[in-house]
Amino acid sequence: MKRAGIDFVVSVPCLNLKEVIPMVDRDPDIIHVPVTREEEGVGVCAGAYMGGRRPAMLMQNSGLGNSVNALASLNQLYGIPLVMIMSHRGVEGEPICAQVPMGELTTQLLEILKIPYFFPDSKADAIEKIQVAWKTALEGRRPSAVLLPIPFWR
Amino acid sequence: MQRIDAIRDIAQKAGQDDALLVCNIGIPCKELYSVCDTPGNFYMLGSMGLASSIGLGLALSLPRRKIIAIDGDGSVLMNLGSLATIATQAMENYLLVIIDNGSYGSTGDQPTATSKGADLAEIAKGAGNSRVCRTDNHEELIHILQGNDHDIIVVKVDPGNADVPNISMCPGDILRRFMAGLYQPSD
Repeated sequence: MKRAGIDFVVSVPCLNLKEVIPMVDRDPDIIHVPVTREEEGVGVCAGAYMGGRRPAMLMQNSGLGNSVNALASLNQLYGIPLVMIMSHRGVEGEPICAQVPMGELTTQLLEILKIPYFFPDSKADAIEKIQVAWKTALEGRRPSAVLLPIPFWR
Repeated sequence: MQRIDAIRDIAQKAGQDDALLVCNIGIPCKELYSVCDTPGNFYMLGSMGLASSIGLGLALSLPRRKIIAIDGDGSVLMNLGSLATIATQAMENYLLVIIDNGSYGSTGDQPTATSKGADLAEIAKGAGNSRVCRTDNHEELIHILQGNDHDIIVVKVDPGNADVPNISMCPGDILRRFMAGLYQPSD
């Protein structure tokens, strides 16, 4: 994230992010704001961008559903960039059936919302893809997403 | 007191303090636009519920600027978690003014839960905000605004909308003008 210049991160926890969130919290170069719901985080990130920051949101893909109106009627309406770094649950290897419906809908939802998304296949690739995701968001003045499915975390 | 009276008082404070002002969706935005349109106003046209969150993001990013968000009772009820997040951040440069008219004023004046007893000042305190004041009086509001840059103020007003024109700027222009204004001499 830091290589992409991201200096403002809101987070909604996911088990897969349990080691990433404390790292962000400890980093003196990043403002970290834990929020109660992803839609709220979209608003906080929009304010941060307006204030000159480069925002990202750490979240689970279930939170994409919670954020749809804000992504459309705030980010896309005004042209506000945002990178969503998403733990993609409900795909191959998922042990919890409740995660599956949103897992299957995630890429379709992103496509309907015209949000570009990237699938890194390794930690090194994630560093690269997060930079590409920020560049895409900034140049397109819109949200982008980096999806980290269950096999990524193994 | 009508909502537009409270908005006029808040806009006057923003002008005096060179504060940035984020305004809630719908008719409140139009009322602010009609009483005082400046580049430091951000008119939120969609994303109902997020004015307080946008204001918080701005306050965190610009700690040397004063930020004021104008929100409504219906919108705050839609994003109550924001009150808890605002409490955890406790920014000294962020003032949230909730104008409570007990009504969804932009959609036909349907009653909100505050008209049935929900108390947003108590909810804000319960969410962890220690500095919450409330008023239903115009002179008292002016007095509270003069002494506060970082509290939550709940202002009780009567339901009803002022007859004001639409905002003539497109969303992209609102954002460009707002962001361009941030880097003026006051920064």
